[in-house]
Amino acid sequence: MTHRSFFWFILPTLTAMLLFIALPIVSVFIQSLYVGHEQVLVVSKSCDPFGCEEVTSVDTEATEALREAEPLGKFNGIDTYINRSHLAFAEVSAAWRDTENLGEFFRQIYNLRFYKALAFTLAYTIVVTPFVLLLGLAVAVGVNNLPRIFKGPTIFVSLLPMIITPLVGSLILFWMVDADGVIGATLQRIFDDNALSLKASPTLTWIMLIVYGIWHLLPFSFIVFYAGLQTVPTEVMEAAMIDGASKWERMRHVVVPHLMPLVIFVTLILLMDNFRVFEPIVGFSAEAHARSLSWIIFNDLRESGSPLYGSAGATSMMTILGVAVLLTPVLIRTWRDFNRKAH
Amino acid sequence: MLGAPTRRFRWTPLTVISMALVALWLIIAAFPFLWTLWGSFKVQGDFFSKADWMNALHGVHTIRETGGAFTLDGYHGAWIQEEFWKNVVNTTIVVFFTVVISLTIGTLGGYALARSVHRYAFWILMAALVFRAMPHITLVSGYLLPFFEWNIWGILPTTIIVLVAINQPFTLWMLHSFFLNIPKDMDESAMVDGCTRFQAFRHVIIPVMWPGVITTGLFSFLLAYNDFAVTSMLLSAENETMVPAISSFLGTTQVEGNVMFAVAAVVSATAPLFMLVLFFQRHLVSGLTAGAVKG
Repeated sequence: MTHRSFFWFILPTLTAMLLFIALPIVSVFIQSLYVGHEQVLVVSKSCDPFGCEEVTSVDTEATEALREAEPLGKFNGIDTYINRSHLAFAEVSAAWRDTENLGEFFRQIYNLRFYKALAFTLAYTIVVTPFVLLLGLAVAVGVNNLPRIFKGPTIFVSLLPMIITPLVGSLILFWMVDADGVIGATLQRIFDDNALSLKASPTLTWIMLIVYGIWHLLPFSFIVFYAGLQTVPTEVMEAAMIDGASKWERMRHVVVPHLMPLVIFVTLILLMDNFRVFEPIVGFSAEAHARSLSWIIFNDLRESGSPLYGSAGATSMMTILGVAVLLTPVLIRTWRDFNRKAH
Repeated sequence: MLGAPTRRFRWTPLTVISMALVALWLIIAAFPFLWTLWGSFKVQGDFFSKADWMNALHGVHTIRETGGAFTLDGYHGAWIQEEFWKNVVNTTIVVFFTVVISLTIGTLGGYALARSVHRYAFWILMAALVFRAMPHITLVSGYLLPFFEWNIWGILPTTIIVLVAINQPFTLWMLHSFFLNIPKDMDESAMVDGCTRFQAFRHVIIPVMWPGVITTGLFSFLLAYNDFAVTSMLLSAENETMVPAISSFLGTTQVEGNVMFAVAAVVSATAPLFMLVLFFQRHLVSGLTAGAVKG
């Protein structure tokens, strides 16, 4: 394809991506260097027969005018990145100095907003991804062994948790595990504890969100692995059988290696999707015990009255950096493949 | 034996375990939907029954309060009282235009990427992969301030364009891999016969590309329909689509004790997705595996 025709074919989509994906990253970065204007205060003297005192009040008009004139706020450099709500350099080094052991140190760090969100996001990603891979493979093998007529309906039902709107899916589960919902109330009866609530305990909240994550993404890995199972070469399987390999050994030494490229693909997609976990926290109203990076950005932007653009920008930049780190191995691998093909 | 066309079915411990696992998964996958669908026709006292979950099945309170075992109060409250139909109209507009525009510009771009052998085509695909991985909310924080400044915040066209752009990386990858499957000879022989590149695309490629386009369209539909991060931040209250409307229901209805409105709205929002799987199951499955099998 000539450069000229390539250019005209790619122009619309490239423009859309540059304007609404690449440029916003720049805009987020610029925002993160600024901080919103503080309210303009005026000090006036108010005198009454008993004497004079100084009164400080907010000059609403001047504040509005200032915010109108410079909507970005005032330049703050990288201060937003290292302040208490983000990387918290001062607090971290204080904790390092003052704490006796590592456990205590991490407990102090964990109380800082950004690290708390980072901890949840990573924990969620690291726990959900392997569970989804393993269970998806197990279900795929199970469905593959089913008699033919059951396969279609099984796939139909399995697709539902994945294509459901994440917010709606988490609400559906949330209403069931609610203290008055079918699962929540039954659990209370089983443990004979009327105060038992999945919302009240941090551990149970995390488990609830992780279970939702597995429920939501398992269909994806199941479908991909199921399609992969259809392409396992029969001759190899038969040869393995003749050599006396048991079902389990065939699984371990023939099927799994055959599916390996798919495992890498699924892992990549799962890591990307799990790292942006956001809607379930809104759906389960879990923000008291579990906040992800995406959720704290959302929360900054939702700040009533004056959204914290600077703070949201700084967290966004660091989240994008996290995504880049996650993706690096894949990018390097693809780059090598491409070079090998080119030569 | 895996993948063999003729196979005798035997009961071994391993098959029993794997069948049990599949059965368990099916229950876990389907039960929440069935339960919520059934419960949406009950009153709150039954759907959220602390005393006895069987109430939700029999509808004890529903019979007492409304006279019948099933009630449409939740749907009436959501659709008419809370004007959920407006959100449905907004969602329809947003989703329709997002899918149409995404596919139009995505098809052109995906075709170009599949046919170009130059290095920059590879770089565009890599950039698209990175863009695909970015959490949407990080981009939203970049939109808000400029959109406020230019006075285009809160309206449907802005949201549509943003959703189209966010959709592009995925659309490009998917269509690119579909176009790779269409033999190069087809459009190249047309060009030897004197067609320009665009004429070859128009007369040779467009007639055979529909299976890939339909599949990609389904995923664009899902992305636009399911989105919460963009629509909740970029739309004003009167232009809200279904998903952010459901989330704002929660704030208002829980106070008034009308959780059933939200339940009914949730079931209403699920119905189109259900139909989508019913009619396009094959396309969805092929779409999920298309990218994977390519590697």
